[in-house]
Amino acid sequence: MSVKQISVFLENKPGQLNKMTKVLADKGINMRAISLAETKDFGIVRMITDNLIEATTVLKEADFIASLTPVLVYRVPDEPGGLNRLLQAFSDAEVNLEYMYAAPEYMVFRVANTEKSEAAVASRGFRSLSQEELSEE
Amino acid sequence: MERYFQPEIECAPREEILRIQNEKLLKQVRHVWDRVPYYRKKMEDKGVTPEDIKSIEDLHKLPFLSKADLRDAYPYGLLGMDLKDCVRIHSTSGTTGKRVVAYYTQHDLDLWDDCCARAITAAGGTNEDVCQISYGYGLFTGGLGLHGGSHKVGCLTVPTSSGSTDRQIMFIQDLQATILCCTPSYAAFLGERMKEMGLGPDDIPLKAGIFGAEAWSEEMRHDIEATLGIKAFDIYGLTELSGPGVAFECSAQQGMHINEDHFIAEIIDPDTGEVLPEDAQGELVFTSLDKEAFPLLRYRTRDICQLTREKCSCGRTHVRMAKPRGRSDDMLIIRGVNVFPSQIETVLLNHGYAANYQIIVGRVNNTDTLDVQVEMTPEMFTDNLGDVEAKQHELMDGLKAMLGIKAKVSLVAPKTIPRSEGKAVRVIDNRKI
Repeated sequence: MSVKQISVFLENKPGQLNKMTKVLADKGINMRAISLAETKDFGIVRMITDNLIEATTVLKEADFIASLTPVLVYRVPDEPGGLNRLLQAFSDAEVNLEYMYAAPEYMVFRVANTEKSEAAVASRGFRSLSQEELSEE
Repeated sequence: MERYFQPEIECAPREEILRIQNEKLLKQVRHVWDRVPYYRKKMEDKGVTPEDIKSIEDLHKLPFLSKADLRDAYPYGLLGMDLKDCVRIHSTSGTTGKRVVAYYTQHDLDLWDDCCARAITAAGGTNEDVCQISYGYGLFTGGLGLHGGSHKVGCLTVPTSSGSTDRQIMFIQDLQATILCCTPSYAAFLGERMKEMGLGPDDIPLKAGIFGAEAWSEEMRHDIEATLGIKAFDIYGLTELSGPGVAFECSAQQGMHINEDHFIAEIIDPDTGEVLPEDAQGELVFTSLDKEAFPLLRYRTRDICQLTREKCSCGRTHVRMAKPRGRSDDMLIIRGVNVFPSQIETVLLNHGYAANYQIIVGRVNNTDTLDVQVEMTPEMFTDNLGDVEAKQHELMDGLKAMLGIKAKVSLVAPKTIPRSEGKAVRVIDNRKI
């Protein structure tokens, strides 16, 4: 199951990220994972939340530009070699990772062909999390 | 079928227009000589008397008037009638920091209304139309000018003035407005707000828009036409000459017909003042033929454009002016290169951005800097940093190709560039020169 990641455009100036997190906080939306990619001028926040529809709605209402991207989310055992085993599965399937980021419990992967990659890694025993699972916890 | 408000004049043969111009010019020069000491002195300094002006062939002998003259003569120096015969004033928005006050007699207002009525009729307006005037009412000529024209055509006139965008949209829907008059930047803003409200072009009855008072590009026209589902007509004018309606677009949308029975247009070299052939690019100069209270002769508009006498498919015979490339005071000189905001707008729209932008000019280490701030749009945004950066660079390359100099592009968050209900503030020049 792929999950929808929310990407948000931010200007590179003080307070922009905070403005966004406040919008989500005020609505009681929990971020499961977040990363920030930046250039000199602007940044892109990528995140997974517990409530996709609510999050995209409130961001839009607050005049943020947000787009949705399918990503794969895996629970990675917190032990030596945990990530390595997962990445080995991706390598063996010749999946190209566009970017990845981690939350305490998960690793989020953006890959070129989400469904095909997911199936390839699944055959090695790695199950990606569903949107529902990320909402429940 | 093309409609005309005053077909006998709008479609008159060239000889007839010349006859009218010659007759009116001689009368107007005499009127100014008798009533406006400020201009009489200018004529005397140049050694010209009314007797020297026998036809429009002699127009070039008359001295120019510039914005500086209007400032010098403020407030009554160029008045051509007694104040008791004047019924109204209007004033420029002072976008360039120099306010001008213009006077009108009832006769002046009538001919101005006629000019605006020609524009509304050319846009397809009849007494069956509901015409919403969303230009500001007041000292600014936009609101009351089109208002008067709308009355003359017999449209049901909705004087909303500018602002309260949601109410504007409500009136358009509830009162079934078919014609909208406002600045092009406000029309774009209305369209943006409609989209947010989930309204498309089919949800509103508008069929035509008459947009002026600021420079706008052909690309912006296409955008507005698509968003509002209308045909968008340009209108040109200056407070100094009456207001909107000095020239207007017809259904051909190939330049604006100048109301030649009221105004003589010349093209001059802005540096030397030399009269150029009409089809050459240069500064537009107007002589007002009928205005009593504020009768300007050879007024330099600072608008850079060209004229054409090619036959127009609409049937009108009056000369057409191209969309001004920009007012020469809007022109920025950056690193010695002339840059018009309208050129930047063209590039932005061609690259898929909206016309929400601001141009910041600065100076670092004695070198001019040009920063174009443009709002990010949902269509342009992806999760991929490289893609967004690539688009930013494409835009910078496009600007370089158009302007000949390098410009920085800053992508800013939506709705951070101030929206304007009147004239948009496109340029912020922080250079201290």
